[in-house]
Amino acid sequence: MKKLAVFLFAALLGATAQAAEYKIDTKGAHAFIQFRIKHLGYSWLYGRFDDFDGSFYYDDKAPEKSSVNVNIDVTSLNSNHAERDKHLRSADFLDTAKFPSATFKSTGFEPQGDGMAKLTGELTLRGVTKPITIDVTNIGGGKDPWGGYRQGFTGTAEFELKDFGIDYNLGPASQKVEMILDIEGIKI
Amino acid sequence: MSARNSDRHYGWVAIVLHWFMAPAIIGMFALGWWMRQLSYYDPWYRQGPELHKGIGILLLALLVFRLLWKWLNPAPAAEPRTPRWQALAARAAHGAIYLLLLAIMISGYLISTADGRAIEVFGWFSVPATIQGIANQEDIAGEIHEILAWTLMALVALHALAALKHHFIDRDGTLRKILGLHPKSVSSDNYPQPKATLTSATTTTSK
Repeated sequence: MKKLAVFLFAALLGATAQAAEYKIDTKGAHAFIQFRIKHLGYSWLYGRFDDFDGSFYYDDKAPEKSSVNVNIDVTSLNSNHAERDKHLRSADFLDTAKFPSATFKSTGFEPQGDGMAKLTGELTLRGVTKPITIDVTNIGGGKDPWGGYRQGFTGTAEFELKDFGIDYNLGPASQKVEMILDIEGIKI
Repeated sequence: MSARNSDRHYGWVAIVLHWFMAPAIIGMFALGWWMRQLSYYDPWYRQGPELHKGIGILLLALLVFRLLWKWLNPAPAAEPRTPRWQALAARAAHGAIYLLLLAIMISGYLISTADGRAIEVFGWFSVPATIQGIANQEDIAGEIHEILAWTLMALVALHALAALKHHFIDRDGTLRKILGLHPKSVSSDNYPQPKATLTSATTTTSK
């Protein structure tokens, strides 16, 4: 009801003020959940989760009201190396047989000016729920050429592997993982 | 000793294949089990799987040759006093061991080639990927590889125990046959005398 009211209000205002619910465009693959971790301290290793879905609420007039929910299929982990992926999905790391999904639910959004913000929320990974903070930047938003309306963000966050119960020793330089999140949503 | 099997003896090709592959296969099981618990900084963390994959491909080639050889050279008959059900059970177990080996090798190959990578065999040659891109192929193939490997080891244990039972309890020539030794005189007495000219003809050619 609240969403509908917001939607009607926005519709009344016309297409300029865009307070709306957006569906993350995983169908068109304009969204990426990537991670990187240092390999031996010598280089960055990148991986991603291929399957996820989610939505967010964003009002460019009142960005502090933003919220986001994402579900990730952890078994879709892909680091371009089957043997490594198999190991990362095993009980040594993500234990996807026991914990096949991860979720992120936002709890707050603090605009920092210039389209930047601190997005806080609860990340549930490997059965462990911990608060994390994502540094978010609004890249842009507006009409797309096919009659839709889109809004896109980029974000980074980092956390210690052991915070989520991963204690496999990859070496002192590889205790932390960085998440690199790029999402584009289509207004519903 | 003849290269080929006769109706009472294994030829040396079958014997060499058996005794070369048996320790290699048991060793591969041990290596596969051990290498999975190595820490990231262990020197064997990379070498273990390299060795496992290289030996695996060579064993697959040997297995294909062995199956062909077996097809062309039927195994000698079971010892005369062996009950029929035991002879049948032995044949079933041997068949299952071959099938398991083939399935284990293929599933292992499908783990490493799931992303299209080839398997390098000690830098001598590489085996390209064929089936790839099945969703979570490496995990499914890995699960199958592990379950079948344990099943194989259970059958191998049964096979070895059965051979020892033949040797020490039944006191027949079953184990001696695969060792390439002549059957004991006691047990050879148990062989029925050649009844037809056909059997005597085959025994003479095999000598």
